[in-house]
Formats: sequence, structure tokens, C-alpha cells
Amino acid sequence: MTNEGRQVVIPGQILGEISVLRPGRGTYVENKKIYAERLGVLNIQDKFVHIIPLRGRYDPIVGDFVIGVVEEASTSNWMVDINAPYPALLHVNEVPWEIEFADTEKYLNTGDTILAKVLSVDVSKKLQITLNDRNLFKLKGGHLIEFEPSVYRRIMGKKYSMIENIQKYTRCRIKVGKNGRIWIDGDAEGIEKVLAAITMIEQEAITFGLTNRIEEFLKKDAKDVR
Amino acid sequence: MMKSDMKLITDEGKRLDGRGPHDLRKIKIDAGVLHRADGSCYLEWGGNKVLAAVYGPREAVPRHTQNPLRAIVQARYNMAAFSVEDRKRPGPDRRSVEISKVISEALEKVILTEQFPRASIDVNIEVLDAEAGTRCAGLTAAAVALVDAGIPMRDIPVSCAAGKIGGHVVLDLGKEEDNFGDADLPIAISPRTGEVLLLQMDGHLTVEEFNQAFDLALKGCQTVSEIQKQAIMQKYQSVAAEVQE
Amino acid sequence: MTIVPVIKRDYITKLAEQGKRIDGRTFDSYRTIDIETKVVNKAEGSARVKIGNTQVLCGIKMDIGEPFPDTPATGVMSTAAEFVPLASPDFESGPPRENAIELARVVDRGVRESQVIQLEKLCVSPGEKVWLVFIDIHILDYDGNLFDAASLAALAALLTTKVPVSRFIKTLNEKERASWQEQLKDIYRIPGVDEVPFGADETSTDKKIVENFPLPMIEPPISCTAVKINDFVLFDPCFDEEIIADARLTVATDNKGDLRAMQKGLSGSFTREEIQKVIKGALDNGQEIRKKLNQCLGK
Repeated sequence: MTNEGRQVVIPGQILGEISVLRPGRGTYVENKKIYAERLGVLNIQDKFVHIIPLRGRYDPIVGDFVIGVVEEASTSNWMVDINAPYPALLHVNEVPWEIEFADTEKYLNTGDTILAKVLSVDVSKKLQITLNDRNLFKLKGGHLIEFEPSVYRRIMGKKYSMIENIQKYTRCRIKVGKNGRIWIDGDAEGIEKVLAAITMIEQEAITFGLTNRIEEFLKKDAKDVR
Repeated sequence: MMKSDMKLITDEGKRLDGRGPHDLRKIKIDAGVLHRADGSCYLEWGGNKVLAAVYGPREAVPRHTQNPLRAIVQARYNMAAFSVEDRKRPGPDRRSVEISKVISEALEKVILTEQFPRASIDVNIEVLDAEAGTRCAGLTAAAVALVDAGIPMRDIPVSCAAGKIGGHVVLDLGKEEDNFGDADLPIAISPRTGEVLLLQMDGHLTVEEFNQAFDLALKGCQTVSEIQKQAIMQKYQSVAAEVQE
Repeated sequence: MTIVPVIKRDYITKLAEQGKRIDGRTFDSYRTIDIETKVVNKAEGSARVKIGNTQVLCGIKMDIGEPFPDTPATGVMSTAAEFVPLASPDFESGPPRENAIELARVVDRGVRESQVIQLEKLCVSPGEKVWLVFIDIHILDYDGNLFDAASLAALAALLTTKVPVSRFIKTLNEKERASWQEQLKDIYRIPGVDEVPFGADETSTDKKIVENFPLPMIEPPISCTAVKINDFVLFDPCFDEEIIADARLTVATDNKGDLRAMQKGLSGSFTREEIQKVIKGALDNGQEIRKKLNQCLGK
């Protein structure tokens, strides 16, 4: 049974009993009862009760596509800010280039932006990321903005419908990082429109009919759609 | 003015500001008021004006403060120089340090810190206008800021004080009551379970009076807890309502 | 420390080459300015100023104390700024660092050197007791251009400050009260009224109400800040513009169009022409902001 209702719940709110439901992400169990641990939207799927967070910093999961900003280049690795509570380590073995010892700065330096993937998260939350994949690379040009990580799914939309609309009507190339960062490449007008759409999505994340409203907004003064 | 000269409460139970013995001062709470902070809350409680902001979880620095198993909670309570009648020199004084500590400890109990090893959850409380009960106002605001920041918690902590003035046990001491009363008992609880997270008392209470004051403070906490929750929900309901029009 | 992504820096610069800014403003315009006064009850004066998302609260506290020996009949003012950790993930707790100190000193000079507060009217008893004015700036939300927000907040707070006579009158002896009343007679000559807004306490036979009178001020200069990014001069920088800026220039102008204070910051440089540009923009924006301030004060 799925429940796509937009019920907002708060920490400590009771959600059900473990005899009827199973505790999923964003919940905790006490005395056989399931409680919400975060501010979020209640979601029940196949008897699993989850909370989809409305707010909160990005929580890295292995396999996530993230947009990182290089903080520091060391002899055999780089420290990268991925907008998580911890910086991520990118090892020289995890990049597609052959790097001479201590030549790391030639390839990636402080302030460079990369599209990477989360490689590992250990028990104490030490993070590693990788660039070893055809889809992953250093980003050049364009603009970089941040958004509330918890609305990532809304920005992508069901079957990527939302993000595809945005790209279509603004004629911009867009890369969305799960970690609350978006890279946009296009003309100034297009980029402005993308920003406005993202802001709208952030503000109206919990409402119904958002996909249509965004589409309406994007269609206004849109150039010829290819 | 001599302490004995001030009549804080009439025999009928009317206090200086017109409140009855079990009445709370007026409280107003707004969630999510700042842009840079991860979570924030502005709170007015009687004449108190408090702003709370949360940053985190973020890597705890300096590194030696990191706990490899859980996040540390660092609350910083600070009074603005202009928040009190006689200007306060900027910077933490011993009272602020103590209040920061007891608030950190109260919050740590309800925050699910195991989810963020080596991190720090930084809670900043600024008292902009002070009128007795600032630590209760501060903790209550901090709790809302934590929810606004998406920090996982078992419950939303809440704080309220009771005390004794002119022989009567009353709820939520006001300015003169705090200065000239007989006892002050601020507490903080996890409203779902009633667990006590913060407890301080100064003054003189019999055991019976303490029990009365404690019950009163508990009830006060539950009332304030409802106001916290409304403030949080309001932020999201107003969006939904606006869009539906 | 927040690292600025090269992409963002390049984008801001690229837009500037097209005469644009990331939030759609022109080079010379300010974000929305919001001024609210009398926001803190405990303070003698207070104002909260918002410029875009930047928010600054200023509180004025007054006390009676000793004058400086070289100015025995003049009130004393001092300015402090707190960059509280609440306002930005990069602000750390602790005593004011150089940025906070620079800001406090620049705001202070803006008020002091233009003699905006008529300190000579704040003497209670020459050589012994004068009014002390404390300006405390509390940053609440940092999104660029703290200089202008802080200056404006300080001015709005000062212009709505009431000298707390009623609180202090009991601490003054007969001689001090008489001395002060004499001075006030000169200062507050209200046509058709013999009495000055300075009352007696309950012990006097005269049952006039003690009045807190407005802090004596003159029309203040308004400060406007611009930054330089490559060769472009942008007014009222937002956070992203400020952290990539090469240089910064604050210019305070008065209602006659004269210059009253200037401060250059950051490690880049300005050409003579750029300075002229900033002066012109400061004059224009200063006028607009002055109008807004007066509106808020009900003038």
C-alpha cells in the first residue's frame, strides 16, 4: 500500500505500532511504537513507514552523484567539499588521469568543481569519492548554485519529468548533485529561469500539482523548444 | 526599594502584570527566519526576545574535540549588550557559560547524535531583549531551530519555569518576580515522555512547594510545546494554503 | 572557511562583462532596504535593518559617567560590533576579530567625526558627570555589505533614542540636577514654554512628569559601499560578490552632497576614475537611503 499524502510530521510524533508497520528511514522505535525522528513528509509503502525529510544537510550514500568543490590538493589525494557534514577524500587512484607524484595541483586545484560519485562511507563517516567513470568529470564554465538537499527528488521529478522540463524550456545543460548543488550551463536568461524554477520548487515542495505549475512557469516566454 | 516593600502578588492571586498564578506570559514563535543558518527560530516570551540558529551537523573543529562515535552538541547562550537595563559588556561571562553548558546537556539527550560521528551541532542563542526566564526562552527557541535544521531528534525539548513569590507558588516568573521572589525553578523536558533534561533551582522551597512548582512548570512546558509545534507546522501549512488558492 | 568555486567567480565576472549581476540588479542599485526601529525595549534606542538578506540589529544604551579629562563638558560615545556565530557559518565565537573591529571603528567614525550626536549637549555636571552613549552592533544574518547595514542601523537607532532621564534622575544630587537643568534651558528653548522637558522626582513639590528626551542629533551622513570585481564597480555587494571582490570602498555623504568619511578595504586597488564612480554612486544612493530613513522616522 502506498501513501503519497503530504502529511508533515515532526520529531517525537507517533506514527504507528510495530505490530502493524515496519520502521524505515527517519523513524525510531521505542516500547514497540514507531516515532518520527525528523521534520518531514510521512510516506508509507508496503507497510514500511518512512519520513522524507523536508530539511537537513546532505547525508552521503554510496553511489550518489555529487557536485564537489576542491578544498585542498595534497601529494596523493584531494580534500573535496561535498556539502556534507564531512569533507570527502578523492584519491589519485580514483581519477582517470596518470598523475606524477605530488603533481595533483596540475589536475585539480582549490576552487575547481567536479561531478563525482560517492565511493565509500565508513562507520565513522569518513568519505571517499571517485571520478572514475565516463559520467564523471571536472565541470567548466556555467554557474553553480545550492539548493535544499531534501528537495532533490522533487527537482528530478517522477521519472525525471521535472528536470527534463526545466532543461527543455530553458535550453540549459543541467547537472543535479544529490548533495544540494546544481551546475547550469546556458545563456544568462536561461540560467536565471532555472534559478527561479528551483526556488519555486524549494518553496512549494510539499504541495500538489507542482509539476504542472513549474511547466506553466517555464513555458512563459520560453524560446522555441527543440 | 526594599524587598519587603514590594507586593508581588495580592491575596487574591493577582500579580504585578495582572496575571493569575498559573498564567504564562504571551509567547510568539517563528521558525526559519534567517538565511545563512541551517535552522533558525525567533521567539518572544513576555518581554524576552530571543533568536536561535543552528549550524550543522558539520565537522567538529578543533579535531581534538571530535567524538569518534557521535556528534557533540555545542550550545552558546549570549546576551546582547543592549538586552538588559544596565549595558552588559559583550562577551561570555560566567553566567552565560553555565547556561550554555546546561542547555547543551539538555539538547544532547534528545538529539540522535550517534548518526553523526566526529561532527558538531552548533546551537547559537542570542538574547536581544531580556526579561526574566531567558534560559527557558533560549532553549525553547533552540529546539525549534534544531527541527528547522532537520536535525534528527527523539522529541522536541521545551522549557519553562515556575517559582514562589510572596508565599504563592506561581508559573513563569516575570522581571520583578525573578529579582524579588522567593524561589525560581526553571526546567526543560522531553514533552512526549516527561523526562527532565534541565533542572535548576535557587531560593527556598519546602518539599511540598517544590512538588507544586514542578507540576506547574510541567504544565507550562506542555502548553509551550504546543506553541512550538504550531510554529513549525505553520511554516509548511501556509505554503500549501497559498498554492491551493 | 567557505571556498569560492572558480565556476561561480567566473560566472559573476562574465555577467559583469555583460553589465549584469547574479541577482539581476544593475551595478548601481541596492537590494530592498527595510528599517524597523524601537525593536528592543531594554535599549534606549534600537533599530533592525535588512538589506536584502543581510540583517543587522543595533542597540543604544546610555549611562552616566566621567568625561574624558580633555573634554570635561562633552558626552562620551563608543561603538562595538559583535559578529556573532549565529549570523554566518564562518563567524566563530570569541572576542572581536579584525573585521568586527574595523566595522565598529568605521561606523564610530561615521557618527563621531560628523558630530552626528551633539555630545556637547550631553553634559550633566562639567568635569564630573556626562552621558555615555554605547552603540552596540549585533550582526544577525550575513549576506554581504555589513558596513552599510550596520551604519544605517546605528543611525536609525540613535535617531530614535530617548535619553533615559527617569532612570537616572535619582542618582543625581541637587547641584548636578540644577547644573543640568540650566544647560537644558539653553538647548531646548521651546517657544512659548518656560519649562524644559526635565522633571522632578516624587520628593520634589513640583509634580512635573520626568521626561526622557530625544538624543540630540543632527542630520547624519549616509554610508554607501561598493566593491570592485576585475574592472567593474558594484554597489551593495551580496555575499557571493563580496567574497570574490578585489577591493571595497565605503563613502559617507551628507545632505549637502559633501563627503564625510571614506574607508577602503581588501587587498586590491582602485583607480582614480573608479573612486569617482564610487563617489557618484554613493551620492545618488545616499540620497535614496536618506529618504527611506526619514520616511521610517516619520519625517
